[in-house]
Amino acid sequence: MRMGQRREEDTGVELQMTPMIDIVFQLLVFFVMTFKIAAPEGDFNIRMPLVAPSEGIPEPDALPPITIRLSALSDGRLASIQFGQRQLKNFLELRERMIEMLGPDPGPSVIESTEVELDCDYHLRYEYVIEAITAVSGYVDPKSGQVIKLVEKIKFAPPRAG
Amino acid sequence: MRFASRRDVARGKADMTPMIDMTFQLIAFFMVIVNFSEGDRNERIRLPISELAKPPDAPAKSPITLHLTDAGTVIFGPDEVSIPGIRQLLEREQRFLRARGDDPRAATIIIRGDRAARTGQVQELIRVCQQVGFERFVLRARQEFASLAELAPSG
Repeated sequence: MRMGQRREEDTGVELQMTPMIDIVFQLLVFFVMTFKIAAPEGDFNIRMPLVAPSEGIPEPDALPPITIRLSALSDGRLASIQFGQRQLKNFLELRERMIEMLGPDPGPSVIESTEVELDCDYHLRYEYVIEAITAVSGYVDPKSGQVIKLVEKIKFAPPRAG
Repeated sequence: MRFASRRDVARGKADMTPMIDMTFQLIAFFMVIVNFSEGDRNERIRLPISELAKPPDAPAKSPITLHLTDAGTVIFGPDEVSIPGIRQLLEREQRFLRARGDDPRAATIIIRGDRAARTGQVQELIRVCQQVGFERFVLRARQEFASLAELAPSG
């Protein structure tokens, strides 16, 4: 009887690795080819009054909105920024004026009660509107890196012909 | 003379384990970060930049993404139409939402406007959406630091 010798021969079980490696590499190639580096995107909420305004007595505590006028040149570039009666140099100054008016860290009640209305020329390039919204919405605290909110309620005035 | 038979020659075996480990880790990495939801992106739209545009904490309810091109057309799904032409598509979407049991007024219109689009066109688009019955709007921007002093008035 030579059973012992036979057992020694059968111990090596070979797995077929080739099909698995094939499919794994195909999966890898698929994911590499479909991979796209997408820049992170974020949103700004916009309050727009309904087409038919609701009738009734307005709230007595409601403050009038802060109006920011953005006028445009004929090619859509920004011509001027007007904050109340003041002409501003750039959006950085707009943010400074907002901080001056509301305080460096306004509480929830101030944020809730303050509304900004953007009064823009029709032809103004949209990127300037987002810059204005960024300037009035808040700022990133350089020490903590946290976003300090200034205003959450932003709306548009009807567009001007420009 | 005795030649070694082929059976006697030891066959070199490569250790596949590290390679398979690494490959599976790569696949796991790509599977985790892959994003198949291309419906809310469009390569034609160059979004305006904002340092405060943080990704939302929670996904918007029934989001409808409208891409406003620099030419003033609106891309919605596979369709590209004029701003007044979007009304028909939005009404269809509204019917679909109602059939699904959702309130169209709770749906969020995400406007991905090109940075060179006109502000008046964005407002026109919002007005058409309001006329159809949508009330919630968000303006989308690319999250990137940009100095506010750079975009100064030219006039």
